[in-house]
Amino acid sequence: MAIEARIPTILRTYTAGEKAVEGNGLTLAEFFVDLDSRHAGLRDRLVGEDGSLNRFVNVYLNDEDVRFLGGPETPLSDGDVVTILPAVAGG
Amino acid sequence: MLRISQQLYDEIVAHARRDHPDEACGVLAGPAGSDRPARFVPMLNAERSPTFYRFDSMEQFQVWKEMDARDEEPIVIYHSHTATEARPSRTDVSLASEPGAHYVLVSTREPDETEFRSFRILAGEVTEEPVEIIE
Repeated sequence: MAIEARIPTILRTYTAGEKAVEGNGLTLAEFFVDLDSRHAGLRDRLVGEDGSLNRFVNVYLNDEDVRFLGGPETPLSDGDVVTILPAVAGG
Repeated sequence: MLRISQQLYDEIVAHARRDHPDEACGVLAGPAGSDRPARFVPMLNAERSPTFYRFDSMEQFQVWKEMDARDEEPIVIYHSHTATEARPSRTDVSLASEPGAHYVLVSTREPDETEFRSFRILAGEVTEEPVEIIE
């Protein structure tokens, strides 16, 4: 199974500059663990200690925000594209 | 230095005034690597707040996808402060996520005058830069 992760500029320090990397996982949570095994530190930017998604990072499965799917438990399939975009926010 | 056309400058200011007292926010897209803002992309402030802003996640997804398809990047990320000065707040600095962008702050705290300033925010460090109006 191959799932593509599209990596935003600010997180490419974890992927040696690559803007897309591949991984595996039945759920988003598993996918992030798998990515982290090859790109150490990436997972900590995406999820908190309790496994919930970082509030200020948007994650999309194909064309949908995973907050409206299953969050970290969102099931993944072969060929899916997971896009990561840090939120643009401030005060 | 931020080089920006009078038209794009005016569009940002008008947007900030229109949304006052809520914070306004948006992007100036431009050709990747050019450092030249070319396209005005006002964004919805999903927080609709006088003290906080956040791009709507699906709108951001569409805009970022479109920029990618057009070989553009966000040259400027702008937002307004409605009661404080045109300077990045601690929150602005901690959440800045586009290292290559110019961060434009506009203040609408005074009714007759709009402050417009530009900054680079890199790894938690803020540096103000001059703004040059070009044509």
